[in-house]
Amino acid sequence: MQKKRFDRLFDISLYAIMILIGLATLYPFINVLDISFNDSADTVKGGIHIWPREFTTRNYETIFQYEGLLTGFRNSIIQTLLGTVIGVLSASMVAYVMSRTEFQASRLFSAIFVMTLYISGGLIPVYMLIRNLHLIGTFSVYIIPGILSVWNVLIVRSYINGLPDALQESAKIDGANEWIIFWRVILPLCQPVLATIALFIAVNHWNSWFDTYLYNGQRPEYTTLQYELRKVLLTTDSGDSVYDPNKQQSLSTVSPESIQMAITIVVTVPILLLYPFLQRYFVKGVTLGAVKS
Amino acid sequence: MQNSASHIKYGRQSGLGANRRKWQEVVKHKYFYLMILPVVLFFLIFAYVPMYGVVLAFKDFNYMLGIMDSPWNNFQNFRDVLSDPNFKHAFNNTLFISFGRLIIEFPIPILLAILLNEMRFGRLKRIFQTVFTFPHFISWVVLSGIITNILNDQGVLNQILVLFGFEKNSILLHNGSFLGLLFTSNIWKEAGWSSIIYLAAIAGINPELYEAASIDGANRYQQMKAITWPVLRNTAAIMLILAVGGIMNGGFDQIFNLYNPAVYERADILDTFVYRSAFVDSTGFGYSTTVGLLKSAINCLLLFGANFVVKRVFKEEGLY
Repeated sequence: MQKKRFDRLFDISLYAIMILIGLATLYPFINVLDISFNDSADTVKGGIHIWPREFTTRNYETIFQYEGLLTGFRNSIIQTLLGTVIGVLSASMVAYVMSRTEFQASRLFSAIFVMTLYISGGLIPVYMLIRNLHLIGTFSVYIIPGILSVWNVLIVRSYINGLPDALQESAKIDGANEWIIFWRVILPLCQPVLATIALFIAVNHWNSWFDTYLYNGQRPEYTTLQYELRKVLLTTDSGDSVYDPNKQQSLSTVSPESIQMAITIVVTVPILLLYPFLQRYFVKGVTLGAVKS
Repeated sequence: MQNSASHIKYGRQSGLGANRRKWQEVVKHKYFYLMILPVVLFFLIFAYVPMYGVVLAFKDFNYMLGIMDSPWNNFQNFRDVLSDPNFKHAFNNTLFISFGRLIIEFPIPILLAILLNEMRFGRLKRIFQTVFTFPHFISWVVLSGIITNILNDQGVLNQILVLFGFEKNSILLHNGSFLGLLFTSNIWKEAGWSSIIYLAAIAGINPELYEAASIDGANRYQQMKAITWPVLRNTAAIMLILAVGGIMNGGFDQIFNLYNPAVYERADILDTFVYRSAFVDSTGFGYSTTVGLLKSAINCLLLFGANFVVKRVFKEEGLY
């Protein structure tokens, strides 16, 4: 049968293509992992593909003696935890209030929020504001400006809209005020969507580097992991350093590639650990976010 | 908030019915206000005050005087920007890179979603989806480290090139290959993630449609074309509007972490130009704000324009 043969061929080539794309996606990470476990003097000779040639954990031992990295690690963890808790709470609170149709001002607030998705002041006005508020050179600059993400509010709101009204009504009849309803009824029901946005927010905080670069480049005590990695990566960069005001502070002059890759892995591993949870929730999150705002 | 404040002032004294009702409404929903106001306050400060800062574009900014007291300069910033060849470069590059992304990158997630949907083994499909989505969660800082590692002189790519008898190539240092790298690496990072939304649309298709088509003798390709694709069109339209609305963005994180002076000529986009002119070359904050303002204005126009075209010309459902 013509059709059957076509479909068989279709299947075989489909799986072949997918496996190829999958390998291409993962290989760069595997290569980095190999190099990070390879002796740094040996790495320079090149030719490391699938396995480390001279296995060593020295690179990791070296980088964990580097103070900037440890400080960065600590700060990134604090930023991620604090930012996530605050971000989830604020987004869910606002989303709950926005979802109440009896709250007449909610349309106004909605407009205020959604506007900012399309219009923003731009880099310099934001920088000037942060400067005028004396947030430059502080840790709070990581948390306060990004306290609320409108996308997350929209995601949580569309989830709350899908919850049955009866629960809230009965709580109200039992005499619960709105705060109690939010805290005791809505929050527990929203757990799946809160997990989704928590993971989004956490990844965002973990991956952020520009705020450190722009505001805290002169404050080594507030450095973050991504920023430290960037500094170390740039040490062998082809000349951007001339233009990079933050470069002069870099501790090492030129970091061997194996060291750079070891730090890269250290920065990536927390995401990798989080990923199984991420994977469970993100499909739902994206789909909810796509529901028209 | 302004409302509630004014009602405290006037509502009681005048006893106007309308105002009192409004004030009662506020009291009735006091918990709502208590929950939302602190957050809204922060939000207003960080989202709306910078919009006021845009007046910098019309001023000759002086650090000592601050934004308010700096003198107006009669559109001098705009004249400076528009006559600056570096701005023209950055502008053209942004357009070129963004259109490149629309043409090269935009269709890939759709294709990937269709292919993933064709995989009939549920578990295998999920494994592949997991793999494809992973790079989305990795920052451009990390990815740029990984990319530099693969592309450097001793890196895997050059060894493959040598193996097949080609010359070594420093992709990061040549204009043409750098642009290619921008597209490829962004596909690597985002295609899997972006395909989720299309897969969600496909998930809404009744599987009986495929069975019926199969019985009628349609092969897999024909089923794909007649059943899957029409469902994806509306989702694609909305994603297209959003993509067009972001045309002036070009991808700051990616480019800022990958570019170098050797490729500024083709890779410098408006965002990187704004950053460098303000913080590296010190062209002046007024100048940089002007560039940023022009950028946002064009972005807004494009967003509305794209929405209009999608709704009126292609008769698809728009964004609003």
